[in-house]
Amino acid sequence: MTQGTLATVRRGLALSPELRPGLAGTIGLAVVQMAGRVAVPIAVQQGIDHGIRGAGGPDLGFIVVVVALTFVALMISTLAGYLMTRRLFTVSETALGGLRSRTFRHIHDLSMLHQQSERRGTMVSRVTSDVDQISTFLQTGGVQLLLASGQLLVSTIVMFVYSWQLTIVVLLAFGPAVAVIRLFQKRLAAVYGAVRERTGVMLGAIAESVVGAMVIRAYGVAGRTEKRLDDSIGRLETAQRRAMRTSVTSFSSGEIGAGLALAGVVVVGVLIGVDGGLSVGRLTAFLFLVTLFIQPVQIATDMLNEAQNAVAGWRRVLDVLDVEPDVKDPDEVGVDLPAGPLSVRFDDVSFSYPGGPIVLADVDLEIKPRTKVAVVGETGSGKTTFAKLLTRLMDPVSGAVLLSGTPLRDVRFAALRSRVVMVPQDGFLFDATIAENIRFAEPSLTDAQLTAAFTELGLADWLSGLPGGLETPVGERGESLSVGERQLVALVRAYVADPDLLVLDEATSAVDPATEVRLQRALDTVTRGRTTVAIAHRLSTAQAADEVIVVDAGRVVQRGAHSALVAEEGSIYAKLYASWLEQTR
Amino acid sequence: MLVRGLRVLGQAIKAEPRLFTIGVVGSSVFGLLVIANSYVVGGIIGRVVVPAFNDGSTSTGTLVLIAVIFLGLSVLRVASIFGRRLGAGYMQFRLQARYRRAVTRRYLSLPPSWHQKHATGTLLSNANSDVEAAFVPIAPLPFAVGTIVMIVAAVIALFLTDWVLALVGVTLFPALFGMNVVYSRYMSPRQIKAQQMRAKVSAVAHESFDGALVVKTMGREEDESRRFRVYVDELRDSLIAVGRLRGLFDPLMDSLPSVGTLAVLLLGAWRLQDGAISVAELVTVSFLFTVLAFPVRAIGWVVGELPRSVAGWERVQAVLAADGDLTYGSAVAPGPGPATLRFDKVDFAYGDGPLVLNDVTFTVPPGRTVALVGATGSGKSTIASLAVRLVDPDSGQISLDGVPLPSLTEPALTSASALVPQLPFVFDDTVRGNITLERDGLDDEAAWSALRLAQADGFVTKLPDGLDTAVGERGTSLSGGQRQRLTLARALAGRPRLLVLDDATSAVDPRVEAAILASLRGRDAGASILVVAYRRATIALADEVVYLEQGKVVAAGTHTELLANHEGYAELVTAYEKADAEKVETS
Repeated sequence: MTQGTLATVRRGLALSPELRPGLAGTIGLAVVQMAGRVAVPIAVQQGIDHGIRGAGGPDLGFIVVVVALTFVALMISTLAGYLMTRRLFTVSETALGGLRSRTFRHIHDLSMLHQQSERRGTMVSRVTSDVDQISTFLQTGGVQLLLASGQLLVSTIVMFVYSWQLTIVVLLAFGPAVAVIRLFQKRLAAVYGAVRERTGVMLGAIAESVVGAMVIRAYGVAGRTEKRLDDSIGRLETAQRRAMRTSVTSFSSGEIGAGLALAGVVVVGVLIGVDGGLSVGRLTAFLFLVTLFIQPVQIATDMLNEAQNAVAGWRRVLDVLDVEPDVKDPDEVGVDLPAGPLSVRFDDVSFSYPGGPIVLADVDLEIKPRTKVAVVGETGSGKTTFAKLLTRLMDPVSGAVLLSGTPLRDVRFAALRSRVVMVPQDGFLFDATIAENIRFAEPSLTDAQLTAAFTELGLADWLSGLPGGLETPVGERGESLSVGERQLVALVRAYVADPDLLVLDEATSAVDPATEVRLQRALDTVTRGRTTVAIAHRLSTAQAADEVIVVDAGRVVQRGAHSALVAEEGSIYAKLYASWLEQTR
Repeated sequence: MLVRGLRVLGQAIKAEPRLFTIGVVGSSVFGLLVIANSYVVGGIIGRVVVPAFNDGSTSTGTLVLIAVIFLGLSVLRVASIFGRRLGAGYMQFRLQARYRRAVTRRYLSLPPSWHQKHATGTLLSNANSDVEAAFVPIAPLPFAVGTIVMIVAAVIALFLTDWVLALVGVTLFPALFGMNVVYSRYMSPRQIKAQQMRAKVSAVAHESFDGALVVKTMGREEDESRRFRVYVDELRDSLIAVGRLRGLFDPLMDSLPSVGTLAVLLLGAWRLQDGAISVAELVTVSFLFTVLAFPVRAIGWVVGELPRSVAGWERVQAVLAADGDLTYGSAVAPGPGPATLRFDKVDFAYGDGPLVLNDVTFTVPPGRTVALVGATGSGKSTIASLAVRLVDPDSGQISLDGVPLPSLTEPALTSASALVPQLPFVFDDTVRGNITLERDGLDDEAAWSALRLAQADGFVTKLPDGLDTAVGERGTSLSGGQRQRLTLARALAGRPRLLVLDDATSAVDPRVEAAILASLRGRDAGASILVVAYRRATIALADEVVYLEQGKVVAAGTHTELLANHEGYAELVTAYEKADAEKVETS
């Protein structure tokens, strides 16, 4: 169920405390601004009744006074309007900036599982276009809507003062319009929802035609993609037209209401006449007031779509903020890890993805400090899951993971992330220089220290071979470097972080031999003296490890030194090794 | 800027004259009705209300007539609003759709070399937000044109009423218009700045979420948030700057017409005293100023959006004007059976860069497997792209069965050859759709047999809906190895006569890779294979090896020959073993 608008607004206000201070002042200024607007109809009434149709004929002096006073009122109102909008924009943009930053942080705090269940673009929209929608609405429609409501209120009050009978006529005339608009509100929400959804589908199709351009060409299947694009573009256009028709229909009902009101005011006004407490000036002022009354109603219908977009955007942002991170930092109540190299213990650990089959079952093992362990197994055997549990990117469904006897769940993230470092498979790099990417792990490092790190890992020659050395930009996602080179940089990054437990998810993609040699050498240095768990895709890694853990279908099936495992004839490891040998020899 | 903006509007009107006319007619009628309404109000006050209040003289007939007139005007106004808004809206949507189609058509026909020069994000916004921005002023355009009609009519009506009151109008309308122009001039740089900051915030968020795993494993959430906040704060400041200007301008724009009404009241009283006008005329004119204020702003909306529109339009035009399309010939390659691929003195460079391939000559004989071996940057992937004519060489010739590639028709080329790229691309479609790509004659049987060859039948069988399983955007529900095997099956399904594998099994487990290679080798259908290889097993499978160093073919022959005779080659392919040996020593 989607939450109601009011509930969303209430929830949003609670989460953006910046919005509250000065709210009363903003509303006060808005009322002053509105009061200025009704000054003109009052001036017209006074001018006609006492100046022009005055007892002793037209009285120019009186009119000059009225006009001057009204002009002053108008200027005060304008000033109030300026102060009000200035204040509103400053406060609301500050609040929205805060909302963006908080949501951004929250998304990073969500578990990897949550992050991966969302499309990347969707997460980005939460801190960009969704918030933009609220901002755009506040800057344009929101102010108008606020002023319109004020105008509606003030003009109704003045109308009442002039003639309660005619006010009732006006309200009755707008009754049907208000009913129609209310009726249309749901339809409007639905048609604009369709526009948003189809925009999303179209963006997906466009992205595919761009990202897959090479494949589309290589297979000569542009026609199929064209059709998909045309369909999604056409469907969006249809939805946009439907939304436009619906909103115009809703808008027009206000126009009819205006006609009814003007007709009603004149007819009833003439009928009740002087006996009804009216004068020519009052009736004229009333006609002015009716237009002041119509405008807000029309603006309101027009802004309704924008308001709905804004509320929908706000709701999506709040929904993200509402997701509790399921892998939570114990923070203050958390503990630090004991100093020195870390040991690992898996205590009857099982894991399954929500609603999925068991990926790891009853894993029970211990890894001694300073040992190098390789975890091997086929794709889907659960070896990567093992690494994610070990670094607490996920929590086990049952059982516990302990580092040097401390349960992972109790360790503060700050302590955990500085002591346990994982080098992920894809070696993601930021669009910055090599130096900046390494400093990601340790911002305080000087250039000399960075160069030293490369030298220690035997990568000085590689670094000096780059066009800009440390200052070489690596491109988007590091794509100016090869897969292997990206891993090299990721490895240096892990090295300068100086962890006590290093978890290495080996790249599956092949690396060219020269880089491979460098990688292996660097790895030897990085792993020295630390507890290392490598998720191995190349059995050369397993061969060099102190111990091999073989995972198959979510269970640990073999464990021991490489040579011992190979000797177990017919075992899974022996088979893996045989096939690998066949390929490399 | 104004001239260029108006030119964009001109193009749009030329493209959709019918919808534009509907919008303008609707809007003009609306404007005239607004003026008429003022005169009706004034007339009724003067001719009906004043007499009624003076001596109580009124008739039921008059009152009914008043009601009918007001309601009639209302109905006409509704009709004109429909015309104005639907005309403008439909025009805007139609133009957006048309240009989105045109832009994406260009994406599909421009060559990969063009795509490489443009970031994905840029191309996405060209087709989406730039097209949108280009036609933003279309929505208020008919309204603005109608407003001009209305103002002209209003000024004429004012002069017919009284020249003194008309002077108020003649002063007021240009003042309103001038303010709008000044406003737009100050606003557009601020809005452009805000737009740039939006793009930056989006880029940072995109990158940061892309690298979420690294951020998490390095415990850098706080620092990333700080980095993000810097841009968010800048965006906030630029949006506040936009808002402040709007806050200054909007109340002024709102009060200017009221000042007009007051001026009319003052001057009107004087003219009334002189007997130059009547009460009715005074009411009419002041009413007119009250209702005209809002439409005048439509002109401001159009003018204000022009800079954004021009910027969007120019970016869209850049895509539409881009050239370099590959043209196809009319030859149909002889077949069937495995093809002969020949590279003859091929040179290639990316743009103005250095030569990536230099005088490359080699042949893949029919039914044979040739492995391309070389260090990173030696030009292997470039050869793979050239072999299936994703790009054309700068000089030299590439031919299939003796026919130069540019002479072949597109279907002849794409059905004869298939490339499996390094990074698998999976469509947001079902497994079946991804394999067949709706190519002719590819049924489920063909899909399954291709899946078997690619060793992918196993995991596809286990998917919840088999071939009908939707794989999600970019195949996110599959692992890297599964995606590679799926794209391999896609290539095999078309039964190509030349198969080009660009390191296409890198993410596959060694055992699975071995099985794939074996099944390719044992296949009876027979294709010539050009394979970019890193692993020794892949190389060993080849009948012949072409060894590259820095874009040049330095040796060719069987693996054993090269191993024995070429030092560089031997060094490269034994690097794995060296690495392994070193490992054993050090550990």
